Amino acid sequence: MSSVRVLVGTRKGAFILTADGRRQNWAVNGPHFPGWEMYHLKGSPADPNRLYASQSSGWFGQVMQRSNDGGATWEPVDNKFVYDGTTGTHQWYDGTPHPWEFKRVWHLEPSLSDPDTVYAGVEDAAMFRTTDGGANWHELPGLRNHGSGSKWQPGAGGLGLHTILLDPTNAQRMFIAISAAGAFRTDDGGTTWTPINKGLQSQYIPDPEAEVGHCVHRIAMHPSRPNTLYMQKHWDVMRTDDAGGHWTEISGNLPTDFGFPIDVHAHEPDTIYVVPITSDSHHFPPEGKLRVYRSRTGGNEWEPLTRGLPQQDCYVNVLRDAMAVDRLDSCGIYFGTTGGQVYASPDGGDSWAPIVRDLPAVLSVEVQTLP
Amino acid sequence: MIRVELPQHLQTLARVGREVEVSIDGPVTLGAVLDAVEARYPVLQGTIRDHVSKKRRPFLRFFACQDDLSLEAPDLLLPEPVVRGVEPFMIVGAIAGG
Repeated sequence: MSSVRVLVGTRKGAFILTADGRRQNWAVNGPHFPGWEMYHLKGSPADPNRLYASQSSGWFGQVMQRSNDGGATWEPVDNKFVYDGTTGTHQWYDGTPHPWEFKRVWHLEPSLSDPDTVYAGVEDAAMFRTTDGGANWHELPGLRNHGSGSKWQPGAGGLGLHTILLDPTNAQRMFIAISAAGAFRTDDGGTTWTPINKGLQSQYIPDPEAEVGHCVHRIAMHPSRPNTLYMQKHWDVMRTDDAGGHWTEISGNLPTDFGFPIDVHAHEPDTIYVVPITSDSHHFPPEGKLRVYRSRTGGNEWEPLTRGLPQQDCYVNVLRDAMAVDRLDSCGIYFGTTGGQVYASPDGGDSWAPIVRDLPAVLSVEVQTLP
Repeated sequence: MIRVELPQHLQTLARVGREVEVSIDGPVTLGAVLDAVEARYPVLQGTIRDHVSKKRRPFLRFFACQDDLSLEAPDLLLPEPVVRGVEPFMIVGAIAGG
């Protein structure tokens, strides 16, 4: 029987949650790297036992870890992230120029075909790559030097490159998103990049339709339709069907279109999930009710999913990298909260149960579907 | 041998105990001790000082013989008790909650 392995990054360590395909009885393993902020862990699609983890600390900076045995043991790999060439400046919160400074790795995206190749999205926003299993990291400087970098400005959490999507049909095409610069696409393996923000409207920036400057919180793709992307923005849920050429709003009947994560059902490319959050100043669910919203129509028409989720006095948040789906026949949906709960739904969101309730604040959730 | 005390998280990372020893050829300076620690435990590179600028990470402090050396230059000669291995050179995480 297939099984699932859930990789959870928290403010104070990493946890690995495992279950068989029924996803009812869970084993909780951890904390790994106790006391460290674990922004993200992710496994290689080409070798599921090869895992990578971003470990960081305000005291000790960035450490990178690799496992070759599914997280049973770990070894540190290179943690040297040095920007290529002259770094220049981006905008600080007050609009003044601020030098680029590496702070941490937010997101890791292993190659679809090579377990030794991994892309890393970092703060201050840039993209790095290793092709030797983490022994060396090199920047893909075309993104930071695209020409608009001096206009990028940090979101409240920092100037982070938080989303990397690899096109399974075209190894040269990738999509990334940065808070608060927007979304970008490369069609040449990361050498050059194009902003893909047409159609976004952000009333909180001087030019609401600017080429860059939008606070994109997350983008998601179904591998069978790589030209269709879904976006949870600072406000608004958006969709493009031409690889970012133009976005249209699909917020529809959501109770609020502010939120952080967005994800796509493993087998239904038009079924998407978001977790509405009250507002940018109230980072908790509306009315104290934790509700995942599902659209089976690719947006606009949304239904609340509440069975098994707290429907009173709930004031947690769900961060942008803290939702994932498995690939079992009955697609499982997972998300973690800033209150330390990790919820799982083995039936596409119809019902939910906590896997674990009292972890440190959850920063990221990834799922591996194992044979 | 120069004795160096590490904070707990760096002990875990380097898979060592509270104190490590390094040998130094030449003057025992602040920078030479840090170079020696990083050379013997490469996993600590970047965790005490920035990889490129070699500046101390802001939340770490350096002490020896009850003196705070955090703001001293890398070519500072360490006190004789540290050189003779009587006292440790201490790398300390700044105390804070969380």
